[in-house]
Amino acid sequence: MNENNKSSLYELTKGIIKENPTLVTLLGMCPTLAVTTMAENGIGMGLATTFVLICSNAVISLLKNIIPKTVRLPCFIVVIASFVTLIEFLMKGYVPALYNSLGLFLPLITVNCIILGRAEAFASKNSVWKSVLDAVGMGIGFTLALFAMGSVREIFGTGNWMGINLHLPETMTVFIMPAGGFFVLGCIIAVVNKIANKKPPQELGCHACPNAANCPSFNKEGGFDR
Amino acid sequence: MKSLFVILLSAILVNNFVLSKFMGICAFLGVSKKLDSAVGMGIAVTFVMICSTAITYPIYLLILVPMGLEYLKTIAFILIIALFVQIVEIVLKKKIPSLYKALGVYLPLITTNCAVLGVAILNINNSYSFVQSVVNALGAGLGFSLALVIFSGVRSRLEAADIPEMFKGVPATLIAASIVSVSFMGFAGMFS
Repeated sequence: MNENNKSSLYELTKGIIKENPTLVTLLGMCPTLAVTTMAENGIGMGLATTFVLICSNAVISLLKNIIPKTVRLPCFIVVIASFVTLIEFLMKGYVPALYNSLGLFLPLITVNCIILGRAEAFASKNSVWKSVLDAVGMGIGFTLALFAMGSVREIFGTGNWMGINLHLPETMTVFIMPAGGFFVLGCIIAVVNKIANKKPPQELGCHACPNAANCPSFNKEGGFDR
Repeated sequence: MKSLFVILLSAILVNNFVLSKFMGICAFLGVSKKLDSAVGMGIAVTFVMICSTAITYPIYLLILVPMGLEYLKTIAFILIIALFVQIVEIVLKKKIPSLYKALGVYLPLITTNCAVLGVAILNINNSYSFVQSVVNALGAGLGFSLALVIFSGVRSRLEAADIPEMFKGVPATLIAASIVSVSFMGFAGMFS
């Protein structure tokens, strides 16, 4: 445990760039690809996930000594699912348009690996304050990544950005289609890693997967199919 | 009322869970490196999808709806799926060790696979009947397996390809997935 030798500021900022959940540790791919056809949807999804992340990290950190080790994953999932249901109600009531455009992916926040991953890797081992800071940082990192992806796809795909018409001479509809999602994410990961002067991740983040500890394939061979 | 055949085919090809709905991407990218692991994961996911749909559907209709607790479906479904996966794992380990050896590796990964929860919720949202729901789950599972198997072939070619340094690894994989997804776009509009 490195609870004492790392500052609060570090816990807050690490999620934004250094350990950005989407672009560096490659968690939560499904919502990243699915809802980013518009920059606005990206922000909405990012904020919803951030809310769930902060609440569940705080609660799990408080309960970390009560939850038995063997059944911790189901317990974490129940805590997360409760907050997801809460945010579903809030969004349905206050921002029905966003609620409709996020659709199925709102309940699916429950199985977003970022949240379960942070609960398992961080909140179940650290104090409440640090867990909340970690959640805020990770949430901001996730939201920024989604916003970047949504912006690229919306600008190239429809010629609009956050409701402003940019009057592009030509637009490519493929960018707002599923194929464009994979393509833009691949390019953004490549560019971010080029800027960070790192090698792009070779493997999807099995080490960050909350199930890694239970996964025989991972334990035996140090990762999938190696 | 859609016919079962249309539901099945559209779940496999047109609305492919991985390539057009973006569900189960983690498993798709993580396990598609080799053909045999892709097949194993595909079978395991299909099996869990069908069973969890068959369990969650009656629970929703017979317990949650009469009590007016529809909003609890996310919590209820994810718990049922987690429980079910755990039980299947234990049973397989004790009773059929050979099958456990082949599929057991993939089972713990399925709980957090959003395609499984996704198909259970989608069936409710689309107000399918019980039979339609199971067929939809079967189609979703088969579509997932199909995408995984096809993509494992693409990736084995990718290994040998000479790609720029900054794209090596995950970025190249994602761009390959984008091209596979374009090919699946050809099925769009096959059924209205």
